[in-house]
Amino acid sequence: MTAAALATMAMAMAFAQAHAGHGAPASAPAVSSADCPPEHAAMGHCTPTPAPPADPAIDPAASGTALPPGNAPAPVIERADYADRIWGRAAMAPVRAAIRREHGGMMLSQIMVDIAEMQVRNGREGYRWEGEGWFGGDINRLVVKTEGEGDFGERVEDAEAQALYSRAIDPYFNVQAGVRQDFEPAGRTYAAVGVEGLAPYWFEIEAHGFLSTGGDLLGRVAASYDQRITQRLILQPRIELNLAAQDIAASGIGAGLSEADVDLRLRYEIRREFAPYIGITHRARIGRTADIARARGEDAAATSFVIGLRAWF
Amino acid sequence: MAVMPVPAGNSRDCSVAGLDAAARHPYLLPMQCPDGSSMDGKIDRRTLLRGAVGSSAAFALATSVPTWAQPVSAGLVRDYPSVSGDDIRLTVDHVMRTIDGRTSHGIGINGTAPGPLIRLREGQTVRLHVENRLEEDTSIHWHGLLLPFHMDGVPGISFPGIAPRSTFTYTFPLRQAGTYWYHSHSGLQEQMGHYGPIVIDPAGADPVAFDREHVILLSDHSPMHPHLIFRKLKQMGGYFNYQKQALADQLRGEGQSAGERAAWGAMRMDPADVADVTASTYTYLVNGHGPRDSWTALFTPGERVRLRIINASAMTTFNVRIPGLKITIVAADGLPVRPVPVDEFQIAVAETYDAIVEPADERAYALVAESVDRSGMAVAMLSPRAGMIAPVPPLRPRPLATMKDMGMGDMDHGAPASAPVNDPACPPEHAAMGHCTPGATMPLPDAATPVDHAAMGHGGSIMQHSMRDFANVPDTVAKTPTVQTISPMPVDRTGEPGQGLSDVDHRVLVYRDLVALERNPDVRAPERQMELHLTGNMERYMWAFDGRKFSEISAPIPFLEGERVRVRLVNDTMMTHPIHLHGHYFELVTGHGDHAPRKHTVNVQPGGTVTFDLTADALGDWAFHCHMLFHMHAGMMQVVSVRPRDAAA
Repeated sequence: MTAAALATMAMAMAFAQAHAGHGAPASAPAVSSADCPPEHAAMGHCTPTPAPPADPAIDPAASGTALPPGNAPAPVIERADYADRIWGRAAMAPVRAAIRREHGGMMLSQIMVDIAEMQVRNGREGYRWEGEGWFGGDINRLVVKTEGEGDFGERVEDAEAQALYSRAIDPYFNVQAGVRQDFEPAGRTYAAVGVEGLAPYWFEIEAHGFLSTGGDLLGRVAASYDQRITQRLILQPRIELNLAAQDIAASGIGAGLSEADVDLRLRYEIRREFAPYIGITHRARIGRTADIARARGEDAAATSFVIGLRAWF
Repeated sequence: MAVMPVPAGNSRDCSVAGLDAAARHPYLLPMQCPDGSSMDGKIDRRTLLRGAVGSSAAFALATSVPTWAQPVSAGLVRDYPSVSGDDIRLTVDHVMRTIDGRTSHGIGINGTAPGPLIRLREGQTVRLHVENRLEEDTSIHWHGLLLPFHMDGVPGISFPGIAPRSTFTYTFPLRQAGTYWYHSHSGLQEQMGHYGPIVIDPAGADPVAFDREHVILLSDHSPMHPHLIFRKLKQMGGYFNYQKQALADQLRGEGQSAGERAAWGAMRMDPADVADVTASTYTYLVNGHGPRDSWTALFTPGERVRLRIINASAMTTFNVRIPGLKITIVAADGLPVRPVPVDEFQIAVAETYDAIVEPADERAYALVAESVDRSGMAVAMLSPRAGMIAPVPPLRPRPLATMKDMGMGDMDHGAPASAPVNDPACPPEHAAMGHCTPGATMPLPDAATPVDHAAMGHGGSIMQHSMRDFANVPDTVAKTPTVQTISPMPVDRTGEPGQGLSDVDHRVLVYRDLVALERNPDVRAPERQMELHLTGNMERYMWAFDGRKFSEISAPIPFLEGERVRVRLVNDTMMTHPIHLHGHYFELVTGHGDHAPRKHTVNVQPGGTVTFDLTADALGDWAFHCHMLFHMHAGMMQVVSVRPRDAAA
């Protein structure tokens, strides 16, 4: 038999003795006091003091939970390591660390493909994707995002990815900072910083700023709302605005508000994680950006019917 | 065919002779027979095949459930050999479970999930040898038992846990009688079936008279692995809720008005968020059986039947009723209370209630345990014979959270202004004596006129500014993202029956109905008081005490040995939290003086408070946590440390 087992049995027996008087009938309502609890009095270890003089503010018949509390100071205990006395620190310490991690410190992840759709407009067929993944705990996370689009049979029109450190700053919002890499239409690298979260009235919002290695400053703001029609049928209006601080000729972007996307998607959650949708999207180039597009012989605005899938795991 | 002996209970001739009938409730027996003999060891062992008139098929033993939980039960078998005595061997291993005809993987004990009934006797010292045949650590916590802290079974707090392919022996004396249960405290094993009932017979006479007894072990079962359930909750807090408010029900005129929806939306609060995990994945079980299994408890009309009801769920609060039968509550959390006849009661996770029912007629009764969000129910039959079933009532409409559930006090309830405020510092009987003024200790809402729900657009704008005001909490509450809301006006809700039960047209148990049968063992005034806030964030699925998750703290909640402390729990969230302290009973401060009900688990209603007096008489470190398994797992856990007076100073 191990020493630990012996110690266990010894403690159990001592415990049994210490509480042997516990089942005593309450027929003798001895006045108990902190100095002389009933079980000690029963063993003759002390004599309970008579009841203190009645406080006139208190019902003389009151006892137990009817009594008001005192204001003694709370003790200070630094660590919850009493079990080390029984099982040893070597056995307890790793398990103690593990259960603390397990209760609130776990790392998780989610991969969400928010948009994976085919777009039909004016006889042309295109595609668009947008997704993100997060990895980490409740407060600190790594967020990876990607989005892009193009027409079938042609070169990818737009493609970008971001890698962001995300930190929860309040119950609903996270601040994010990291890098954005554009692959199309031109390879560009940006520093990215922003905020995202859940606003009052259940609006999901985000706002990010991007500063390119070439000194160009861009901004992007988006908001969406899930309107449940039934438990599984959900209509999602969504708006995204792109801004630029300067003209970027190579990308066809003019300074100011450059582009607005207004989308409406109706999805059916076969499962929460698997929701096909249909919708309509409208993209408008605005201001100087629209002028640039028209100068290039492109439409400044386009409306598409979309069909796609929202999926996550 | 299996022979199933029927226990005769403890009702005997001497139990009615010489009694002052007026002085005692019929369910209460004298501690001794009039002739002076104690009842100990004189259990009448009529082993009738009273219940065995059904088909033999109904009695065929299912292999996935223990003997006490077979589909048709004639009652507990007192001396079932493998699960009583001084040496009990328990083996934790993988099992396959069949529930409502569907098979799934689980973790069980001695080959079954739930595990075997452990039947013990007060006063004995028991040795429980637990063998772990899993590939991971396990443990068994003896829920509600008073024992040395290193036998309590919580890895990392009371002991190192039970490693794979090893055996651990728990040894402790039994200092109490009543209905309890046991479960794993390792990871999320409990959700996989690693739990079972404990019945401890009293050393002397049982204060409760009964002819027959049944264990009603309620639980929730999902084919999803519990880690996956937790992951989904983290990814999407409302993942399992398919009873949210939607446009379709609004157009039908159901649920909240447009104004209310806007007000709640402004606060980012979902009134339909009543249960985190619902029947969209759960099947609710009685003794391991789904509603379609129709587990049947047999009785003979005219008998007093004792139901030992245990909520062994991971996440489910149940509302229990037996249409057609009065349910008389005779014990709470194992300890006897003055009998309270009710029609329905809410049982929080990890609580136990003993109840007496007296079915007089030759008919079946349905025992219905609705989940609090009314997404599903557990069903059992009380029946004179196997195969006789009663109609099961349909699920009632799901409740919506109210302003009060958000800690807005009595603002929206339309309660008359004269209704006494529930102030634990000033119970009604004291107020009546002019000793104190209820509500003097807390700000009162202007309740001169009941506030109309529809007018709450106005109220919503008020709340927008006050739903997270740290001026309303002590500075012990950390300003973290874990704290989504702070109840501006939390009130004692121990006089209320629980969510969704305030408008039923029959009597529902409230905590204030509970009065201990015996005087409390410690009736001293508390030396000090402390306040603890239950905090959470539904969007991020974070839960904590005082805004700090268990993973974020190292110092325990400190107590001195023998110290008596008044503890006030304040629920700053919109969910209920069944708070459990290991190794101790505490006395609820509900106006019953030295006959306060003693509990090991107390449900704190949304936006509500519960106050209890605790005598910290058990040396050591003890787990203290919300018994919603995934709330605990997310961080709503702490250690209560009880140190010798000289050592901790």
